[in-house]
Amino acid sequence: MARELWKGNEAIAEAAIRGGVEAFFGYPITPQTELLEYMAARLPELGRTFLQAESEVAAINMVYGAACGGVRAMTSSASPGISLMQEGLSYIAGSEVPIVLIDVMRGGPGLGNIQPSQGDYFQMTRSAGHGDYHPIVLAPATIQEAIDLMYEAFPLAEKYRTIVILAADGSLGQMMEPAEMPPARPLLTEAERPSWAVRGARGREKRIITSLFLKEEELEALNLRLQAKLKHIAETEQHWEEVATADAEYLLVAFGTVGRTCKTVVREARQQGIKVGLYRPITLWPFPGPRLRKLAEQVRGILVAEMNAGQMLEDVHLATLGRCPVRFYGRMGGVMILPDEILGALHDLIADQPADPAARRREP
Amino acid sequence: MSTIPIPTVEEIIAQGNLVYKRPDALADTWTHYCPGCTHGIIHRLIAEAIDELGLRERTILVAPVGCSVLMYHYFNVDAVEAAHGRAPAMATGLKRTQPDKIVFTYQGDGDLASIGAAEILHAANRGEKFTVFFINNAVYGMTSGQMAPTTLPGMVTTSSPTGRDVALHGYPMRMAEIIAGLPGACYVVRRSVHDARAIRQAKKAVLTAFKTQLAGLGLSMIEFLSSCPTNWHMLPPDALAWIRDTMIPYFPLGDFKVADGVEQV
Repeated sequence: MARELWKGNEAIAEAAIRGGVEAFFGYPITPQTELLEYMAARLPELGRTFLQAESEVAAINMVYGAACGGVRAMTSSASPGISLMQEGLSYIAGSEVPIVLIDVMRGGPGLGNIQPSQGDYFQMTRSAGHGDYHPIVLAPATIQEAIDLMYEAFPLAEKYRTIVILAADGSLGQMMEPAEMPPARPLLTEAERPSWAVRGARGREKRIITSLFLKEEELEALNLRLQAKLKHIAETEQHWEEVATADAEYLLVAFGTVGRTCKTVVREARQQGIKVGLYRPITLWPFPGPRLRKLAEQVRGILVAEMNAGQMLEDVHLATLGRCPVRFYGRMGGVMILPDEILGALHDLIADQPADPAARRREP
Repeated sequence: MSTIPIPTVEEIIAQGNLVYKRPDALADTWTHYCPGCTHGIIHRLIAEAIDELGLRERTILVAPVGCSVLMYHYFNVDAVEAAHGRAPAMATGLKRTQPDKIVFTYQGDGDLASIGAAEILHAANRGEKFTVFFINNAVYGMTSGQMAPTTLPGMVTTSSPTGRDVALHGYPMRMAEIIAGLPGACYVVRRSVHDARAIRQAKKAVLTAFKTQLAGLGLSMIEFLSSCPTNWHMLPPDALAWIRDTMIPYFPLGDFKVADGVEQV
């Protein structure tokens, strides 16, 4: 398949279609609306299900209902809409139904604005609803990566019976760039429907999908099972990209489009003689901490850059545990970070480091 | 001393005397419902209709939050548990992706008329092809007797301790009448189960509602007036009389929407 010029939101929609999505339920919200519009045009042509819901609350529950039948169902939204979906996401997590959700993040809090942001990091990675769980959160930096991650999102969600969130930001949703689409995957057949799916109790015992467990021991058992599953996911599904880390003395850590911006920073800084590398988490949950911890022992300092007030920063601190100084540079309100700003923050970090590398251990 | 032989249940049945039994669509278990509550009657009517129409193996139940939250244990059909008020959205997702299945929701007044008002209105307006059983007992039962959207004027509840003041809380919502006004709703009736005659009429309506779905027509909904002796602080017979004498005057029984095609089902 040739490389074509794709708009981010539409590319994600097409990748979902090729990945085998059978039903999309959504609600318009900027900056993700083209994704819904694309689904509205394409899915009925293909004989699949599209429905514009009356709200994000309804949309996520329609996804929940469809997915209970073992159907590949998804929705997409942007930050305020994701907030409205928290209730449904928690029920979906509690009943271990696999679904896929796209969050094309915009500025917050509140109605905020429609500009790009990464302010939903906590909301997505910490639980995305009440109770103890984590969705798998994937953060593409390019449209090609968004396509590739979306294409594998349903098999990933089904493998673990979990929620997979594709975390884009407004710029990724709105930009256009060349990308290549994967071939269309065949749709699930009736025989391929999962063994837990609710499809009518024909010739078998009835099935119940619920997140209600009134006996405390039963609910604790569910939670222990969920935690064991999450631990397994955390150990096996960490993904990241490294750029020029082999000889790096300093390290940039950034995800999504800021991670992409940081590649420019690495190139420019290296031209200035600064040995800097980039660590770009692709999975935000599970956060790829162990590799970052090793890098923290190698470098003299880490600069975290995000389009928020420092949310992934907490995971970087938890991963590095003081092994090297960690600084933060962030912009909010939908302000995009320019390479020069990160380069300036990197110069500040370097200027603050003692000449003697051993002395860095003494920094508070 | 001679003894009179007592026939076993099996022996009685073997003689062809069985005239009444548990429908296959109901599980062989006890329920948690309070004595005198009419959820059990309504469950049975639905199960009988599922049996009579031969739908058990293709039915999916969407259970609500409320007293009937555990009803998936009482039915022998596939089931999912919805969040409070969201059953019509879940049912939409199920029915749209499995149109050959028979999908029904079962929702109380807090679930359907309060927190889930948007979901039921839009499901009805879209003409979703599933069936809704709406249980109106004028009170939040599971949380022990708070004011519902259907609590009658002046009625004392734990959250309207001096009686529902319509100037403060508004008027009880007549959901059947509201839903009937939407073009996508095809069969909308209100029934009661306070006496044998009402129960027989309710059973006919349940059959019609499922047949409406089988015919691929739009939303079918039955509002049942149901008793809650516990939270009404009444003896069961008095609760049934209260439905007849107090609820029905405000919530009249009747057919509010019978769309073209439904009468033929």
